[in-house]
Amino acid sequence: MIRVEKLSKTYTMGNSKVHALRSVSLEIKEGEFVAIMGPSGSGKSTFMNMAGCLDRPTAGEYWLDGLNVSRMNDNQLADVRNQKIGFVFQQFNLLSRTSALRQVELPMLYSGMPQRKERAMAALRAVGLADRHHHTPAELSGGQQQRVAIARSLVNDPVVILADEPTGALDTRTGEEIMAIFQRLNQEGKTVILVTHEWDIALHCRRIIRFKDGNILSDEMVQEPKNAIEELERLPTVDTAELPA
Amino acid sequence: MSTLEPTLPSMPKPSMPKPSMPQPTLLPQAKIPHRRSAGTNLTEAFRIAFMGLFSNKMRSFLTMLGIIIGVFSVIVMLAFGQGAAQATQDAIKKLGTNVLTVIPNSVMRGGVSQGLGSQQSLKLEDAESLKKLSSVRAVAPEVRQSGTVKYANANERTTIMGSTADYFEVRNLPIDKGRIFTTAEVKRRSKVAVIGDSVRDELFGPDVDSIGKTIKVNGQDFKVVGTTRKRGGMMFRNPDDQITIPITTAMQRVFGLQYIASISVQAASEGKMREAEEEVIRHIDQRHRVPSYEESHVRVFNQQDIQESAAAQSGVLTVLLTGIATVSLLVGGIGIMNIMLVSVTERTREIGIRKAIGAKRSDILYQFLIESVALSLVGGLLGVLLAIGTALWLGAPPDKGGMGLPMVLTPEPIVMSFVFSALVGIFFGIYPALKASRLDPIVALRYE
Repeated sequence: MIRVEKLSKTYTMGNSKVHALRSVSLEIKEGEFVAIMGPSGSGKSTFMNMAGCLDRPTAGEYWLDGLNVSRMNDNQLADVRNQKIGFVFQQFNLLSRTSALRQVELPMLYSGMPQRKERAMAALRAVGLADRHHHTPAELSGGQQQRVAIARSLVNDPVVILADEPTGALDTRTGEEIMAIFQRLNQEGKTVILVTHEWDIALHCRRIIRFKDGNILSDEMVQEPKNAIEELERLPTVDTAELPA
Repeated sequence: MSTLEPTLPSMPKPSMPKPSMPQPTLLPQAKIPHRRSAGTNLTEAFRIAFMGLFSNKMRSFLTMLGIIIGVFSVIVMLAFGQGAAQATQDAIKKLGTNVLTVIPNSVMRGGVSQGLGSQQSLKLEDAESLKKLSSVRAVAPEVRQSGTVKYANANERTTIMGSTADYFEVRNLPIDKGRIFTTAEVKRRSKVAVIGDSVRDELFGPDVDSIGKTIKVNGQDFKVVGTTRKRGGMMFRNPDDQITIPITTAMQRVFGLQYIASISVQAASEGKMREAEEEVIRHIDQRHRVPSYEESHVRVFNQQDIQESAAAQSGVLTVLLTGIATVSLLVGGIGIMNIMLVSVTERTREIGIRKAIGAKRSDILYQFLIESVALSLVGGLLGVLLAIGTALWLGAPPDKGGMGLPMVLTPEPIVMSFVFSALVGIFFGIYPALKASRLDPIVALRYE
């Protein structure tokens, strides 16, 4: 599904060259749930940019869903991002002053998909936000915003979801809820790759790849991944007293 | 707080193989083939653009102001320019149709020109003889001086015009009451007068019938036989403030003149004016036996010339006004470019998001281009509406609350300025839109 071979990325900063990725090779199969870890400067962000087709490698090959993405031009990459990849970001990256429904419709707008409204509503319903479809990001909580972002990433039925620190801006409980959604997605067969620096989060995944200095440091399977739903039950249910019954 | 909660407890543990879900699945049920359009569809793009403009009302309005003022000034200025030209043409027409004015040429005395009309050479017989020319329909010789007219206690200084019966037709002076004087009265040197509207008003007041009354003109008794209709002044002549008497009476009994001051000649038709002009000059010079090497005895003013020069003047005015208006539209366009550049910078992150979810360069380019075009089109529309309103107000007569200025609204400047404002939007929108479309998505996504 995802196969990279000897992927390298070199930036030129002034006179010095920065090797962000040094000939990385790896393979991620359909239906996997992978966490990418590593300190800043380890190359994990560069790898995610490359995997998300936001950037092109200096050298090496990248095959996504059978396509050699590393040889594509800007317009082709835009199409690949639109059809094959769903992005979820740490800062949610929703458009301001735009309703949840419009946010979710946006990827379909660029792909010229018919019945956008129905599909967008279905996606919002799946993340439990159907009744909030007319709300703008300013009127939604962080967790709700991230769920809108997840609905947006799903709506074009991509082959892979790339989540860049999706719980980084959320409290533990809300983060756990978001992880529950990713786990459910993965159970339904969706490939999910997420970047995190929290072990707690990474241990929800079934495979952890750690980067360091532009190389892969380790690549291990998780024997018994955490179940987000069980974690949620264990967490103290704060604020319930304030909620109406 | 969480709407997710109620659906979750029934979910099985992840270690189990894919279970059937008791809730709507997250993935689309059926695959529908993707159809990739060339770009975002246009109505959607316009909707997004207008929403953006509307959410920033004050800024959008200030940005549009340049275009509004530009379009407004083009239309109003041109309407006024055309109105003024029209008014001039109308006024010239009032002087009579197809009229040539023949005056004696200037005379040189000791190497110094004594000015136009200084030569004493035109006689009544010269005027009379012009009637025979084929290109001439009517002839009215003229003498003119200022004098005093009296009736009862009213005393008025006015222009005394001596001419023939044809004068009223040639100079387009219709009679209001009474009659014009006859050719017989001209022959007899009768003391009869046709008085202008404002003279009648001053001497008799509004209610008294002036026909048949005797007035004193430079101390001599004259009988009023008619009054002319009110017509309004034109340049230095106002036929309302004038009395007209037979030219023979004027020359011999009032002023004591031997020569006439000018001749008004009506050409046979509009097309014959040039021909009449040449014929008149040739004829007078023949009568006066002017040798060919000498300057002609008369100078002819052609109404057509005046009309043409007036038209040329208003043409220059139009070009000038258009130039000024174009400059203001360009300034408005620069305002749009400025705001669009600010907008691109402000929305860098939005551009990054849009690119990440699949917007192509062209999608971003169109989005920003449409915004600037929408700005200029809305500005142009407001300018057009404002201009039409203002032109109608300026052009309406004062008794209907207007300004009574001569305004002529034609569709051309309205359409032209509207189209031009759209072009300004495209031209000045291209650079900011290109800038937006070329942003690197990674950099744009990280932009704070």
